[in-house]
Amino acid sequence: MSDFETVAGSEDPNARRGPSGEPNAPNQIGGTSVTPGRPRSLAGDAWRDLRRKPIFWISSALVLVVTAMAAVPALFTAADPADCLLSRQHAGPSGGAIFGYDFQGCNTYARAVYGARASLLVGALSALLTGLIALTVGMLAGYFGRWIDAILSRVIDIVLGIPLLLAAIVLLKRVASDSATIRIAAVIFVLAVLGWTTTARVVRSSVITAKEQDYVSAARMLGASNSRIMWRHILPNTLAPAIVVLTIALGSFIAAEATLSFLGIGLKEPTISWGIDINNGRVHMRESATPLIVPSTFLALTVLAFIMLGDAIRDAFDPKLR
Amino acid sequence: MVRFILRRLLQMVLAFFGTTLIVYALMFAGQGDPIQALAGERPVTDAQRAYLTEKFHLDRTGIDGFFYRYFDYIRNLLQGDLGESLTGRQIGDILAAAWPVTIKLALIAMTVTVLVGVTAGVLAGIRRASIFDNSTLLLTLVVLAVPTIVLAPIAQYFLGVRWQLFPPTAGADPDFYALLLPGIVLGSLSLATALRLTRTSVAENLRADYVRTARSKGLVKRRIVGIHVLRNSLIPVVTFLGVELGNLMGGAIITEGVFNIPGVGFNLFRAIRTEDGPLVVGIVSVLVVVYLIANLVVDVLYAVLDPRIRYE
Repeated sequence: MSDFETVAGSEDPNARRGPSGEPNAPNQIGGTSVTPGRPRSLAGDAWRDLRRKPIFWISSALVLVVTAMAAVPALFTAADPADCLLSRQHAGPSGGAIFGYDFQGCNTYARAVYGARASLLVGALSALLTGLIALTVGMLAGYFGRWIDAILSRVIDIVLGIPLLLAAIVLLKRVASDSATIRIAAVIFVLAVLGWTTTARVVRSSVITAKEQDYVSAARMLGASNSRIMWRHILPNTLAPAIVVLTIALGSFIAAEATLSFLGIGLKEPTISWGIDINNGRVHMRESATPLIVPSTFLALTVLAFIMLGDAIRDAFDPKLR
Repeated sequence: MVRFILRRLLQMVLAFFGTTLIVYALMFAGQGDPIQALAGERPVTDAQRAYLTEKFHLDRTGIDGFFYRYFDYIRNLLQGDLGESLTGRQIGDILAAAWPVTIKLALIAMTVTVLVGVTAGVLAGIRRASIFDNSTLLLTLVVLAVPTIVLAPIAQYFLGVRWQLFPPTAGADPDFYALLLPGIVLGSLSLATALRLTRTSVAENLRADYVRTARSKGLVKRRIVGIHVLRNSLIPVVTFLGVELGNLMGGAIITEGVFNIPGVGFNLFRAIRTEDGPLVVGIVSVLVVVYLIANLVVDVLYAVLDPRIRYE
């Protein structure tokens, strides 16, 4: 963030316009420029745009809270989510349980708090794996072009044509193990294998744009190898759009994990997952609705936060929309 | 045009074999002794083993045997024989009973999408950056972000159980009213996408040269928007709706499961729950074919709708 700050602070309203070429937004902070005449970077433009958006701040705050919840759940609740007593079935709110107890007599709020870990773990790791696959495929296809591009693009087309939920059902049905680690790994793997295509297309197109730039030709003339050009010169330029797509993907991966767990083929008990809790709460909603509503709200807000964050960043980075 | 359709068909055939091969391999390859799995805990006599081995062509081993059985499965699939579920019912019969319900539900969802989504999208596109535009944008973002597993049970609880505006579940042989709430829930996602798509498309087209020409000719605004802009703006929306209809035909696993609607998605939902392997493979194979055909139809429709697009 501090990088953005220096760029944004050092800009001059009369300086050459950024790559967007669009008219400047109102509310300029002019006059305090340190290096006049320095062109504004795309990231600086985007950051100025983002700073003024309440949606950006709200979603960032939500993301921070959920991340903290996943890392240190004990900060948010002192109750033990595994402490379930049937005698407390559907009991109302009390001291440590602000939302009461569910059908099994477990603390509804504590379970929702502890459910953040599995969701975020699956979301973040599948986004990471997706990023790795997409960067490799997109880079190879975009940089080398010709037949490599033709083959890889067809592969992308085919994988894109597979319905995600159906394929995930078939793939996960093969995982017989009930071990928590194996199931989490399987869900991450399945989501990444099916979900990398959109990001790969984004990477491919930005690689194609970047490789035509002068500095790439300059590097090549200086004798840089293909791998050096790809790694040091093109990669940094494709990272920003890829990260934006991945932020949105992270949100949808969390939703996909919950959906698979809801169906009973994703994560399984005793792993605490919002999807499992929503399904359990759904069955007993006539007796008590809070065990359904609490994990639903947690899940919806988390997914919403990531998607809104990605959406806001994308809007800021896309000069056409400004 | 003919060449394009032929090429597209060829691509579809390849995709069909690719996906069915993957589905088949994942469900049946390398899973130990299938005969013992069929018998469960009971011992299998030599005669039974010999009979089953012959029946399912298990005497051929290795890659050769796998492909032999795969093509056997494809042959049956193409002849419309999907086999039997673990409960002994013909999978074809199960699907034949489930399709009409699913199609009814998909049509309700589609109607909601077109009526609300496209209308609101056009309004938002015309009044860009107005309060209406901004609030629909925010609202659709929320709808897009809230997963169906949240939306469906919550809608069921509040509208069905708490306020009793709709029947909470549909049950066997549902009528239109019982399918209305699930239809709206199912359609809300495509509604949000259709709305955003229409809005962007209308807003973009309003800036086009032909609109300026029409305006300078003195045409009334209603005619400009209603005839000129709308026709050009709806091309991407129609494409999207086509793909979406294909998705809705089989993608309603969660909604049908939650609202207890005996459609295709519900049967898949139950097959997963009861670990009915053959039923899962049967339904998924059919759904993949439906999905591929829907994509093909949309691609062709796209070329028909927009004469500027030529596939050569």
